[in-house]
Amino acid sequence: MGTFVAALTVFVLAVFIGFEVISKVPSTLHTPLMSGSNAISGITIVGSLILAGMENTPTIVYVLAGVAVAFATINVVGGFVVTHRMLGMFRKKR
Amino acid sequence: MGLKDLQNLAYLLAAVLFILDLKWMSHPRTAVRGNYAGALGMAVAVGATLFGQDMIWKYIVIGAVVGTVIGILMATRVKMTAMPEMVGLLNGFGGGASVLVAGAALVMAQQALAAGSPFGMQERIATVASAIIGSVTFFGSYVAFGKLAEFLAVKWKLKPWQSAVKYGFAGVTALGGLGYALGATFSGAGLPEGAAPLVWGTFVSLAVVGGLLLLKKDRFPGMNALKWLAAAASVALGVLLVLDPQNGALFWLLTGVAAILGVVLTVSIGGADMPVAIALLNSYSGLAGAATGFVINNNVLIVAGSLVGASGIILTQIMCKAMNRSLVNVLFGTMGPTSETPDADEVYRTVKATSPEEIAMTLDGAQRVIFVPGYGMAVAQAQHAVQTLANLLEQRGSQVEFAIHPVAGRMPGHMNVLLAEANVAYEKLREMDDVNAEMEQVDVAIVVGANDVVNPVALTDPKSPIAGMPIIDVSRARNVIMIKRSLSPGFAGIPNPLFAAANCQMFFSDGKKAINDIIQAVKESA
Repeated sequence: MGTFVAALTVFVLAVFIGFEVISKVPSTLHTPLMSGSNAISGITIVGSLILAGMENTPTIVYVLAGVAVAFATINVVGGFVVTHRMLGMFRKKR
Repeated sequence: MGLKDLQNLAYLLAAVLFILDLKWMSHPRTAVRGNYAGALGMAVAVGATLFGQDMIWKYIVIGAVVGTVIGILMATRVKMTAMPEMVGLLNGFGGGASVLVAGAALVMAQQALAAGSPFGMQERIATVASAIIGSVTFFGSYVAFGKLAEFLAVKWKLKPWQSAVKYGFAGVTALGGLGYALGATFSGAGLPEGAAPLVWGTFVSLAVVGGLLLLKKDRFPGMNALKWLAAAASVALGVLLVLDPQNGALFWLLTGVAAILGVVLTVSIGGADMPVAIALLNSYSGLAGAATGFVINNNVLIVAGSLVGASGIILTQIMCKAMNRSLVNVLFGTMGPTSETPDADEVYRTVKATSPEEIAMTLDGAQRVIFVPGYGMAVAQAQHAVQTLANLLEQRGSQVEFAIHPVAGRMPGHMNVLLAEANVAYEKLREMDDVNAEMEQVDVAIVVGANDVVNPVALTDPKSPIAGMPIIDVSRARNVIMIKRSLSPGFAGIPNPLFAAANCQMFFSDGKKAINDIIQAVKESA
C-alpha cells in the first residue's frame, strides 16, 4: 500500500502541474503542443526497454516487448522530429 | 548511493525536463527550446534505463532501429495539411506500446507469482487499466487516422494504398485473433482449465473489430448500445482479471473487447468533431502511459503520462467549448439538420455570385482585411496562395490579419500551422474574441473554405444544431467574400444565411484557384 500511495501522490501532483502549465499555451501552438506532448507519452519506451532487456524470460515476453520498443520508438522519434519541423515554421520570419 | 538511486535521480531529471518542455511551449520563441528539453528528457530516461541494469540488447536494438527509421520517415515526409492524421497515428503507437508492455509484464508477474512472490493489487488494477486504455487508444487512433485519410466508413472507391491499409489492417486484426486462438488451443501454453471460451472469445472480438473496420458508413443501428455493452464488458473482464491474474486468456479477451470499444467510440465522430477526438485520444495515450507506470512502479512514466493526460483533457475541453457541445454529446450524440432547419432553397434565394474582377474592386482601397481560413483551405492546399494575396494587399496599403476559429480544421491549431508554413507572421494570427470585438472596422472579410464557424444562425436561432456555438461573426464586417466550391452545407448540415446577406459575395471555386484568380485581378486593376 505504501508504494501505491506514493505513486498516486506523484500522479495527482503531476496532473495538477499539467493543468497549470498547459493552460498557458496559446491556441496558435496547440498542434505542436499535441505532437510534442504525444512524443512525451512515448515514455512507455522505458517500460518496454526494461522488459525487452530482461534475461531468462519466455520468448513471448521478448516478442511483446520488442514490438513495444518499436511502437514506442516511432511515437518518441516521430513526435519530437515532427514537432521540431513545425516549430521551425513558426520561428522563421520574413 | 547505489546504482538504483542514480537511476531514479536520472528519471527525476527527465520528469523535470518534460515539465519545462510543456512550459516553454507557451511561446513560439521558447517552444523550440522546449522541444529540445523534451527530447533530452527522453534521452536521459532511456539512457538511465539501459545502463541501470544488465541488459540483453538483441531485441532492443532491433525494435529501436525499426522504430527510429519509421518514425523519422513519417515525421520528415508528412505534409503540414496531413498533421491531424500524423498525430492520430502517433497516439495509436503510444497506446499500442502500453498494451504490449502490460501484456509482457503480466507474463513476468505470473511467473513470479508461480514462484511464490506476491502480485500486488496496484499492479493488477494498473495492468487492466493499461490494457483497456491502451487498446481503446490504439484502435481508436487507427479509426481517426482512417477517417481523416478518408478510407474508413466511406462509400466511394478507394485508392490502391487506401485499400491496402484498410483491408490489410482489418485482415491482420482478425487473423491475429485466429492465430492466437489456434496457437493457444493446440499448444495449451500455460492456460488454466476452461480457458477455451475466453480464447475463442478473443478471436470473435477481434473478428468483430475487423468487420467494423470494413463498414461503409459511420453509423449503424444499435451502435450506442454496442458502445455501452463493450464498455461494460471491458470493466467486467477487468474485474475478473484483477481477481484471477493467472488467467492470461482474460487479458487478451479484455484487449479485444476494448478494441471494439475504441472503434465504435471513434467511428461515428467526423468532420468538425475530429479535433475533439484527436485531443481525447492524445489524453488517452498519456493516461495509458501513466497506467503502465503503475504496472512497473516507475515514477517517470507516471509523471510523463499524467502531464500528457492533463494536456489532452484541457484541449478536449477547449474544443468542446468552442463548439458549445458537451463531450458526451460529441461521443454519443448526432449532429445534423432537424425538422426545424429552414429550407436551403428559400435561404439562398438572394445569393450573389461574384467574379475575381468584382472582388478586386471591393478590395481596392480596403483599409482592414481579414482572412478566415477553414478546413477547405487545407484541402485545397491554398495557404501559400493566401499568403501571397495577403502580401499583395499589404503592399497596396491594407492592414491584413487572419482570424482563426478554435475548431477550424481537423485538430486544435491546425490552421495556425498551415499559415506558419506559408510564412505568415505569428503576430498576424488573431483569436476569435479579439477579432469579433473589432469586426465593425473590418472592410473586407475573406472566408476561405469555412462555413459553420461563420454561420450567424449560431447567434440568432436558439433551435439550430449549432445554437450557442461561438463564431467569427464576419456578417458584421462591411463586405464578406465567401470562397467556396458550392452552396453545399458544412458539417452541421444546415444552410448559412450569411451567403445570401446583402454584404456578402459568393465566389464559387476551388480555394487555391480562387485566390490565384483574385491575385491576378488585383494586379491587373492596379
